[in-house]
Amino acid sequence: MTNPNEKIVPPDLVYVTFIRSTPQKVWDALTQSAFTTQFFFGRTIESDWKQGSPWRLVMEDGRTDVEGEVLESDPPRRLQVSWRVDWIEEARALAPAIVTYDIEQAGDAVKLTLTQHNPGPVPRKFVDAGKQGWAAILSSLKSLLETGQPLVIRMKPPE
Amino acid sequence: MSEAVNDVFRALADPSRRSLLDALFKRNGQTLGALCDGMAMTRQAVTKHLALLEDANLVAVVWRGREKLHYLNPVPIHEISERWISKYERGRLSALSDLKKALESDDD
Repeated sequence: MTNPNEKIVPPDLVYVTFIRSTPQKVWDALTQSAFTTQFFFGRTIESDWKQGSPWRLVMEDGRTDVEGEVLESDPPRRLQVSWRVDWIEEARALAPAIVTYDIEQAGDAVKLTLTQHNPGPVPRKFVDAGKQGWAAILSSLKSLLETGQPLVIRMKPPE
Repeated sequence: MSEAVNDVFRALADPSRRSLLDALFKRNGQTLGALCDGMAMTRQAVTKHLALLEDANLVAVVWRGREKLHYLNPVPIHEISERWISKYERGRLSALSDLKKALESDDD
């Protein structure tokens, strides 16, 4: 079930990183806690990654960070999820964003494209935090897969 | 990696290309036509600069029908700054440590 608006409504954010790795490793890194705990602010990730299944990102203290539904799952090429930030009350009230990961071979590297669609207006502070967060997360993922070491992410949640 | 870093610096070295990135920072997802409107450059020049920014992965493109939309992609800049900030900090710490040793040995 691809987001029906996806082809019509342009995305709000498109981030790309090239990673010297394989599509399967990039897919595994995005969907398995053994990797996400290293590059995604220490979060574990839970889902069976089947279309229609729930998924969530969990903080170290057990609270849910983000939750949503798996909208499209085509390992190791494409994963699309709905994305609702749960732990910030103001963000919880927003309609879920649609986040898509596209993974493709590009020469001897893998091109990872992150696309985000926001269903409606999002307060500026969340937009800015999201931009900063994604740049940090994708850079750290690249570093982890290429060198075995994630980057230290220095960032505070939006206030 | 170093080739990719060269591309990023080469792309950022030009003020026209930086102003294109500024325009996308203000409003993401613009078409070539929209980007040309705000620039004191020919359409041809904007096209050339955008191609270079795309090659450096500083601009990501998405097709919507026949429209090519351009998005600011800051990830390569973040990758460079993260690596270099930590290296710079290590260098600075080691320089300070050398200075301390030199000054303290003078006191002897």
